[in-house]
Amino acid sequence: MQKFQFKSIVRHGLLGSVIALYFSVIGMVEAFGSRDLFGEYLNLGHLLLFGGIIWSGFAVTTGRRKAGWLTNLVSATLAGAVAGVLPLLLVLANRQIELREVFVNVNPNLMSILTFERADTAGLLLLLGVSAAGGLLGGLYNILHARIRKAIGMSVTVTLLMAIFADLVIQVLSNVASRETTKLFYVGDSMKPAVAVVLFAALAALFYARQTLADKRATEGTVSTETKKAQLRTRIFQFVGFGIVLLIAPWVLGSFLSQVLFEIGRFVLLGLGLNIVVGYAGLLDLGYVAFFAFGAYTMGVLTTTGPLNPAPGLFNFWTALPIVVLVGVFFGVILGFPVLRMRGDYLAIVTLGFGEIIRILALSDWLAPIMGGAQGVLKIPNPVLFGVEFNSPERMYYLVLFGSLLAAFISIRLRDSRLGRQWMAMREDEDVAEAMGINLVQTKLLAFAIGAGFSALGGAIFAARLVNIFPHSFNLLISINALSLIIVGGLGSIPGVIVGAFVLVGLPELLREFTEYRLLMYGILLIVMMLNRPEGFIPAEIFKRELRAGEENPAPAKAEA
Amino acid sequence: MQKRTPLRISWLDLFLRAFQFVTAVVILIGLYNTFTAARYTSNQWATLVFAGLAQGSIYALIALGYTLVYGILLMINFAHGEVYMAGALSTVFLANYFARSGFLAESPFIAIVLMILFSAAISTVVALLLERIAYRPLRNAPRLIPLITAIGASFALQYTFRGFYGSEFRSYPTVEALRGIWNIFGFEVPIVQPVVFLSAVVLMLALYWYVERTKAGKAMRAVSENKDVARLMGIDIDKVIVTTFALGGALAGAAGVFNGLFRPQGVFFLMGFFPGIKAFTAAVLGGIGNIPGAMFGGLLLGLIESLGPNIILEGLGIPGTNQLKDGIAFTVLVLILIFRPQGIFGERLSETKA
Amino acid sequence: MSKRLFTLLALLMVASLVLAACGSATPTEAPVADEPVADEPVALECSDAIGCVEVAPGDSIHLAYMLTVSGATAFLGEDSLGGIEIALSDRGQVLGHDVELTGEDSGCSSEGGQTAATAVTSDPSVVAIIGTNCSGAATAALPTISGAGLIMCSPSNTAPALTDPDGTWLPGYFRAAHNDKFQGRVAAEFVYNELGAHTAATIHDGSPYADQLQQVFATTFAELGGTVTFQGAVNVGDTDMRTILTTVAADSPDVLYFPIFEPEGNFIVAQSTEIAGLEGTTLVGADGLLSASFPGNSGENVVGVYLSGPYITGDAYDSFLTRWDEQIGGVPPSGFHAFAYDCTNMMLDAIEASAQQGADGTILIGRQALRDAMATTSGFAGLTGNLSCSEYGDCATGEALGVFEITHAELDGNWPPPVIYTP
Repeated sequence: MQKFQFKSIVRHGLLGSVIALYFSVIGMVEAFGSRDLFGEYLNLGHLLLFGGIIWSGFAVTTGRRKAGWLTNLVSATLAGAVAGVLPLLLVLANRQIELREVFVNVNPNLMSILTFERADTAGLLLLLGVSAAGGLLGGLYNILHARIRKAIGMSVTVTLLMAIFADLVIQVLSNVASRETTKLFYVGDSMKPAVAVVLFAALAALFYARQTLADKRATEGTVSTETKKAQLRTRIFQFVGFGIVLLIAPWVLGSFLSQVLFEIGRFVLLGLGLNIVVGYAGLLDLGYVAFFAFGAYTMGVLTTTGPLNPAPGLFNFWTALPIVVLVGVFFGVILGFPVLRMRGDYLAIVTLGFGEIIRILALSDWLAPIMGGAQGVLKIPNPVLFGVEFNSPERMYYLVLFGSLLAAFISIRLRDSRLGRQWMAMREDEDVAEAMGINLVQTKLLAFAIGAGFSALGGAIFAARLVNIFPHSFNLLISINALSLIIVGGLGSIPGVIVGAFVLVGLPELLREFTEYRLLMYGILLIVMMLNRPEGFIPAEIFKRELRAGEENPAPAKAEA
Repeated sequence: MQKRTPLRISWLDLFLRAFQFVTAVVILIGLYNTFTAARYTSNQWATLVFAGLAQGSIYALIALGYTLVYGILLMINFAHGEVYMAGALSTVFLANYFARSGFLAESPFIAIVLMILFSAAISTVVALLLERIAYRPLRNAPRLIPLITAIGASFALQYTFRGFYGSEFRSYPTVEALRGIWNIFGFEVPIVQPVVFLSAVVLMLALYWYVERTKAGKAMRAVSENKDVARLMGIDIDKVIVTTFALGGALAGAAGVFNGLFRPQGVFFLMGFFPGIKAFTAAVLGGIGNIPGAMFGGLLLGLIESLGPNIILEGLGIPGTNQLKDGIAFTVLVLILIFRPQGIFGERLSETKA
Repeated sequence: MSKRLFTLLALLMVASLVLAACGSATPTEAPVADEPVADEPVALECSDAIGCVEVAPGDSIHLAYMLTVSGATAFLGEDSLGGIEIALSDRGQVLGHDVELTGEDSGCSSEGGQTAATAVTSDPSVVAIIGTNCSGAATAALPTISGAGLIMCSPSNTAPALTDPDGTWLPGYFRAAHNDKFQGRVAAEFVYNELGAHTAATIHDGSPYADQLQQVFATTFAELGGTVTFQGAVNVGDTDMRTILTTVAADSPDVLYFPIFEPEGNFIVAQSTEIAGLEGTTLVGADGLLSASFPGNSGENVVGVYLSGPYITGDAYDSFLTRWDEQIGGVPPSGFHAFAYDCTNMMLDAIEASAQQGADGTILIGRQALRDAMATTSGFAGLTGNLSCSEYGDCATGEALGVFEITHAELDGNWPPPVIYTP
């Protein structure tokens, strides 16, 4: 039996402890303490509090199979106990001095959660004991057989997700079945404990069976030998299936999730445009929201039934649309001119400046007679097509879907065109590209112009959906979000943009329940994703190669920003 | 094709020149109108200049953090504004404690130095955590990747500190010793403004000395020149990077306290965002990666913001000028970068780096 | 082979789930479905034009909030949320049912308001909504909310268009906050008649609220015979107000009206003494600044500043502040919590007045009946004065406004300040 690795125990224990303390002090443990996941048995606050502690028991035993199960379990328990120390100290410290004067969320409520509603020493011991048990749990999980472990891990995750996103599951269920059905599984928004147990058991069995099969196949070495024709057929099936899913999605998902899909679609459109500028042409643009604003404002001013319209009744959504896109392209070129000589981070800050200038102008009293100033543009009509008014999220979804598909199609065609290759050459090395006879001015301006056109289209749809637009909607966060999603998805990759939008736009919308902690989750999500998959979810081939080259060679990868 | 290239470039130059010329004429017309209208007294102008300098020196201190990190790692530490916020927001409690206990009134100098040290310590810790968690694992990744983690870290830090301290606005106590008015060249100036300005300049000079004259500074410069060669020369790259982040963090923390002295109100969890962007602009204005450039850029930006709306736009008869002040700052940035794409003090070298 | 196994397992799983669910569900579900039918078969039938919400015994009445609880305007949302929470805990049960509060972060933007509205309306158990904070969010949320038959009551929307049938008003919209039309007028009358001011400058911050308010103020002030010397704006996030104050000082107006929020308002107050030419200028703000944190955050210059706002004096408000300190801690971060408190209570009153009660405790709330009950609210004695809702949802009639003067006592922690003028 190997000796205990006390250093590792303390290190992992303290890390878990810091996590538990962090969630306690910033108030999440208390805020989500009232959000029951499985009846009275587990709430979200507990999960946040003990998540880190269980992790420390898990981490301390990872890769130490050789040490023997007893040593591991004892280590894990010790690590769990260590992890309980900081929350314990928090309670003790708060008894001495009123920490709430500074840390607003260290309130009596949190204290009673941490000490299991017991004000005496027993509460403290209980905290330590439960922490140790949490560590033990993490350790237990780790000493299981790999196959069982995977099955349990997966099913715990799925069950937890079903409980955390209960309101979404409820919405979908009541849409496809009925509201009454959901009451079989959930009470309010908490999953019935019995349901949870059965779900967990069933899932575990399912995953276990699948894992067994997969293992068996792997040992037998059977490789699926599908013919090309069969592959093609599956491809077509997948494609058609995907199309059908896209078409019926809003009617299955209900209006809230359709609204989320609409938001995602809006950012897909923005992301595809920005992908041309940043992903293909390598021009780091942080002011992309400017063109979105141009699109929205042009659409708004041209079609509004309010007093701002210079030619009332002349335009409707469809006739204004081409003008909007042209305005976007025009301003893409105009704003592209001054930055032709700038590179990398200089380009980034100047474009950021452009974005801010546009927002400031839209907000200003100076241009208020044209753009509405602080009062915004009100009463923009919804689009009407063949007598159908696009006035609900379910219907607007189709508009944004159509726009995104169009943009995706254009993007793909451009990527494989001569222009696309010129962009990529320019991205790799401007000087070499110029030496090879590529006209940098024209190539850059085209990238800005086309990107701006997509963005303006997105803005127009946005304005038509919102009915009233205000300058505050066109802030830097939109540019940042669009940039983040194309990088998280995989720079230069079109499926990447879509996945990125789902993750970075869809997930925060679904995390609405976290209200004031939503942006915290978003920030943590960005960091975690980039650390785990720096190349993005679906990286474009060329970047994958580059990143690998960077890993082999300790020298810093040459920037392509 | 080859022959036409120079011609096309010159057209572009011509266009940009014309653009610059027109803008310059517009600015001159604005200036002329403002001064002939003589709406403001010279004392009012002086108020704006000194306030602009004090504000600018705070921008400069934050901008140094951007520039130091950029010089070494060639990355934009987008979360640096939050490093500044962390120090400023945490120290507000200490400052108010000092004020309540009477310590601030008794020995203001020691109290303020303690506040600066505390704020610098908090900011340094945040900057180092940032480097360790969000940047170090990605040191060899393409440049856009750490930019995204920086954006993520920026959100995470904002809302972490909101979780700690709540979302109320807080303010620093007023320091009696800094309340009076000084008479500088016949102008009445609140003492706190020149004090903040001079203290910031002292800090900047100290940094300059550190980078230019000490051995550690030399190592920093070597790493920023060429990491591989520096490593071969026996320089511990990790240590240099950590030092750089710590220096940037400490300066931002000090800036947080200066900000609290100069303008005590509005201390809250989002207070770092705009100053962060402004300071980044200032760093680029001066030439990112260049230390004197960041100082100069910060001061210039402070002055532009303070004077710009009244001195230029009002003369042009534009209403609501103050709303447009960020617009002026960014316009000046564009004008300067069009003809010096590497910033005012930037070396040509930076073009190949960027 | 393998596929079949999966299908089998999946089927098993579904079956077991359903079984388990039924097993645990039966005892609680059965009485709810059966009893009312047995006792009172016809009493609780929904005859409402736009539908009903049924609250079974043991279930709670579901209210939702849509507030801005993240981002730079988070303080507004937290302020309102605190007011709602205190109202609910003061109130206890309504018609024998607990009241459940869930919420959405609507942000201070149209798109946030719209998404929050679709999220809230996707849960049919929601009876009424408190929100939104920002008028922009409300105009975007209203079509969805109104279409779903809900009512919403806003603690801080002040845009006149929202209660104007030719503007963006839709059925179901109510607000306890004062229409800018009332508040801007009261401020202008106070300044002209009581302070004897003849010149005034205004500053807004680019929010529809402040812009509208200063516009109404300026128009009224000019109508009364005063001269508006300057109308300018700052940006949210600005910290240096010396530039705009210098512009204001060029004309040395009698009054500077700045109906904006913290922290920009704090900066204006604090920096106003540094500027030559503002010595004789009186500062006047609005309810965006009427919060206990304002004097302390603005420093000594705040003495002598006037604020217009809801008439929130008396024991009821003092005990509210005590409750706030106990339940939430500290002081409310902005000036709209009392409106939120009143909104919540008005809605619960309207629910009590309109709901049909079954013998077993089931209640049935008709959505149109609730709207009607809310619209006929009159003489409601709230924290913000007597409220009576108009046909188009303005519940604060402008009579319950007051002008407060900040004195040294407020700097030392007294709140609310003395009222020195009522219309």
